[in-house]
Amino acid sequence: MQLTILLATLLILTVIGFHMGRSRAVSTAVSGIGHLNSLPSYYGIYVAVWCGVPAGVVLILWLLFEPQVVETLVVAGLPEAARTLPENKLDLLLNDIRNLAVGNIVSRDVDPEMQRAADHYASIRRMGGAAMIGVVLALAVAGIGFGRKAISPELRARTRIENVLMVFLIGCSTIAILTTVGIVLSLLFESLRFFQLVSPVEFLFGLEWSPQTALREDQVGSSGLFGSVPLLAGTALISFIAMCVAVPVGLLSAIYMSEYAASKVRSAVKPLLEILAGIPTVVYGFFAALTVAPFFRESGNLFGIGISSESALAGGLVMGIMIIPFVSSISDDVISAVPQSLREGSLGLGATKSETIRRVILPAALPGIVGGILLAVSRAIGETMIVVMAAGLAANLTANPLEAVTTVTVQIVTLLVGDQEFDSAKTLAAFALGLVLFFITLILNVAALSVVKKYREQYE
Amino acid sequence: MFRENMEADVTFDSDDAGRFDPDTDDAYSSTEEMAVVESPPKIISRGVDVFYGDTQALFGVDIDIRPNEVTALIGPSGCGKSTFLRCLNRMNDIIDGCSVRGSITLDGRDIYAKSVDTVHLRARVGMVFQKPNPFPKSVYDNVAYGPKIHGLATDKDDLDAIVHSSLERAGLLDEVKDRLHEPGTGLSGGQQQRLCIARAIAVEPEVILMDEPCSALDPIATSKIEDLIDEMRNNYTIVIVTHNMQQAARVSQRTAFFHLGKMIEYGHTDTIFTNPNEVRTRDYITGRFG
Amino acid sequence: MTELSTNTPKPRDVSAIVTAGLAKRYAAERRFRAFGIAAIAIAVAFVALLFSSIIGNGYTVFVQTHMRLDVELSADAIDPKGTRDATVLARGDYAGLVKGALRERFADVKKRRDKRKLHGLASQGASYDLRNMVLADPNLIGQRISVWLPVSDDADMLIKGHIPRHTGEGSRRISDKEIAWLDALAEAGDLETQFNVRFFTSGDSREPELAGIWGAVVGSALTLLVTIALAFPSGVATAVYLEEFAPRNRWTDLIEVNINNLAAVPSIVFGLLGLAVFLNFFGMPRSAPVVGGFVLAIMTLPTIIIAGRVALTSVPPSVREAAYGLGASPVQAVFHHVLPLAMPGMLTGAIIGMARALGETAPLLMIGMVAFIVDIPGSFTDPSTVLPVQVYLWADSPERAFMEKTSAAIMVLLAFLIVMNGAAVYLRKKFEVRW
Repeated sequence: MQLTILLATLLILTVIGFHMGRSRAVSTAVSGIGHLNSLPSYYGIYVAVWCGVPAGVVLILWLLFEPQVVETLVVAGLPEAARTLPENKLDLLLNDIRNLAVGNIVSRDVDPEMQRAADHYASIRRMGGAAMIGVVLALAVAGIGFGRKAISPELRARTRIENVLMVFLIGCSTIAILTTVGIVLSLLFESLRFFQLVSPVEFLFGLEWSPQTALREDQVGSSGLFGSVPLLAGTALISFIAMCVAVPVGLLSAIYMSEYAASKVRSAVKPLLEILAGIPTVVYGFFAALTVAPFFRESGNLFGIGISSESALAGGLVMGIMIIPFVSSISDDVISAVPQSLREGSLGLGATKSETIRRVILPAALPGIVGGILLAVSRAIGETMIVVMAAGLAANLTANPLEAVTTVTVQIVTLLVGDQEFDSAKTLAAFALGLVLFFITLILNVAALSVVKKYREQYE
Repeated sequence: MFRENMEADVTFDSDDAGRFDPDTDDAYSSTEEMAVVESPPKIISRGVDVFYGDTQALFGVDIDIRPNEVTALIGPSGCGKSTFLRCLNRMNDIIDGCSVRGSITLDGRDIYAKSVDTVHLRARVGMVFQKPNPFPKSVYDNVAYGPKIHGLATDKDDLDAIVHSSLERAGLLDEVKDRLHEPGTGLSGGQQQRLCIARAIAVEPEVILMDEPCSALDPIATSKIEDLIDEMRNNYTIVIVTHNMQQAARVSQRTAFFHLGKMIEYGHTDTIFTNPNEVRTRDYITGRFG
Repeated sequence: MTELSTNTPKPRDVSAIVTAGLAKRYAAERRFRAFGIAAIAIAVAFVALLFSSIIGNGYTVFVQTHMRLDVELSADAIDPKGTRDATVLARGDYAGLVKGALRERFADVKKRRDKRKLHGLASQGASYDLRNMVLADPNLIGQRISVWLPVSDDADMLIKGHIPRHTGEGSRRISDKEIAWLDALAEAGDLETQFNVRFFTSGDSREPELAGIWGAVVGSALTLLVTIALAFPSGVATAVYLEEFAPRNRWTDLIEVNINNLAAVPSIVFGLLGLAVFLNFFGMPRSAPVVGGFVLAIMTLPTIIIAGRVALTSVPPSVREAAYGLGASPVQAVFHHVLPLAMPGMLTGAIIGMARALGETAPLLMIGMVAFIVDIPGSFTDPSTVLPVQVYLWADSPERAFMEKTSAAIMVLLAFLIVMNGAAVYLRKKFEVRW
């Protein structure tokens, strides 16, 4: 609430700055507005920027870093015994202090030490908040003053504004890079902590996965087993099944749509495929778990074959359905990019349509199609909800599609959803799996994008 | 003898006076061509109209194409000459909304009859396109493509022989014999076009249609192809569309001038270029428009 | 490498050979075409199966079975001291009143176990409804009223036909006796299905018949607001920079590679990023729409940028040249002339990006938006859940009635998606300019 009022005040100040700047510019232009370097409103924006931007930056920084700073201060104020607690216990303690300060229910008895810490916490936050409001408002007012003073007919306000704008544009365009860096750093950082607990060799080549962490330090088998091979194998199996469904159906329907179908059929079927593409994956997951998996189990029973109700087949099949529109739209693009002259060349020799497609168009489109399939595989590997809802949790190292397998994404979700303690090997393992997932898909994406790019250039 | 033939075969639309009058054709004397003329026309088109949807692209085209001759179709762009060419092996069929009326016969049989199969027709009437369009396959596979799909070769040796002789007849063999298994797209433009010609003749067609085959090529490559066309005349009936009048004059025996979807004038190339009947033909040839 | 045989090929009758092969080749042609048709048929069949399975399971959610009971709103149970104080009224033993009404209706039920079953016929929501009635009108106390009250989920499922009546008693969640009571009620005309207001107005609940979608809808709306507020301006800015101002150099290439790659990074990785950076590093609240919005914004940014660039390239250079010709600076040319023309395309891209974000589940699981939350979220930092996560949560619950809820939640989700995609199509059609 406080924040909303502050933001509103800042906004009002900025608007005031704009008007002051503009009227000042008009009044300084003694010999008419034509003598101003820029239009009056640019001077207005100039002052508004001076008012809003520095204050806004401070506000954002404060919002981002206030919790850490406060936490450090509170920890520093704690008695020696509390400060040397292991990190996770300390986190719990801090959590309680926070709750106590805002008046929530606390998970332990409140001793005076804690009450003091909570008071300390509350007072720091109060002071910090007040200081921040003061600084932000002062900066805004000072900005108006400074900007207004700088106004003169010679001031190249438009150029200044455009420079500020350019900085903003460049800043936004680096978000993509920051995101990638953020992903890599956060995954790497947590993974390194994981690899301090579990050796990378075990993680990459171990054949067993059972990330049970012990309830007590001295329990038997407390270390858990973190071999990721069964997960990767399960992922590969389900992705393979998915591709077995998606590639033929997607490719053949794309061929039919682009080479055979009358435009009426195309305009009816295309939206249908787009519907498949727009359905959220959680819906597919529900469909897999509710309709497809039981269907397979029942039909398995009918023929006396044991099919697990979480079989790789069900998840893979539904994932394949999800990927059909993806494969078909990429194939469609790629096939339409094959020059018409090749079709005519082949037809002109007396080839039938299917001969032309199979012997000329598909070979010509092959690089593009392969690129598209790689992208589809990358999607299948990274797909989460379908497998979370329809695949198993137990890590089976098997190639039998009728059995339950688990995947990398399923394990990430199970490890991180629900009650978790940070810093346990179990939680950190999720990040290591995430790192593996990120790199596999990265390689696939880069390979696919470069193949597709080369293909496009070939026919442009 | 020639005159009788022409009078017998060519019927004129009354509205379009004097398209082609053999009586004025005094420049015609070559014995070689006299011999050619004796055989009946290979392709006869009568009253061919072509529509793209609602727009009419060709209006009542009548032409007789003689065997073992090169017939050139000239005219400004958009005049319908390519459209007409594509009617001759029904390549227009693959364009949505294109319909053809009138009659076109090949060896006396209507190629638009229901019983005629386009695959079969196109095997007999091959085509070479404006831009060289080799398939993204090896040189060998490009040439072998037609014989393979039609099942012409009895075995590998036979196929080799077909490829060899086709490349040879297309005058390309010496240039590519060391790189038969490299991609056809790696050849130069002129070589690619000759590869496309080799690809077309590998099927042993009776008629070869060429749609501005040299428009994308440099002068040297063009002259090679023109020589090739001249040689090929002995074995095939050739119809060539060109926007280059010199080329038409150099390679063809007969020329048809198209304008705004109508065939204006048809006759011996020499006559068309030296003494056309029609003012429009004369204007076009002398460069007044085009 | 083979040497070509230099023999002259033997003469052959091409026409005859081709004719001979035609039948076989046309058979192959028909087969190939049939494959194509089969592929499309399979895809269409899947769409049909998916929709019929979901609609078939979920359409009944729009109604809820209610039974009519005569309830004695005795002052003893509600307000023994007669204070009429709202806090006292709120604490009354309404559940007891409902139970009493049921026992009174079926007076022949004597055994303890049977009585418990009988009480189970009424939903917990029945007592909430009674309480709300009394709070709204305290004068009802002491009266005997005839009210429609919701039945339990199992009874509801039976009435809606999702539980088969004729299988063995052991294999269903509702006993023969309960069925007999319900039938008796139905015969007396005291059982009917009414429009299910609760589903559209309440938050999640452990009781299927009380669970509603509104909490998730509000959560989704708050999350998407944050997403669009962050992603659209920065996406447009990036697209404008890359398309209009960026120099061709390695840095720009790097940005482009990054964008293209991010568009294909699995969504769960963005969830991990959100967990590690926003929750653990910046200490933002768990389960909050604001964090969800951040994560989804980062995730949809590439989509918006790519669509934005396409929209900008479709504006012809002549527009820029005309602006330059009038003395506009490059920035003015772009912001006054090019950007407004590209805006419909950018909005379309943004809506499609939002539609994707609305359906996204996995990254939100990572940042804890998967908690069981009953309250309707009131601000960007309140714990909340979103529609697809609600679907996931309900899909995980074993009760048959939750299956109905799940399907219904999916229908709501799909309805939103259809509206959004429809809006995108409409925008594209309406502002489509052929240059």
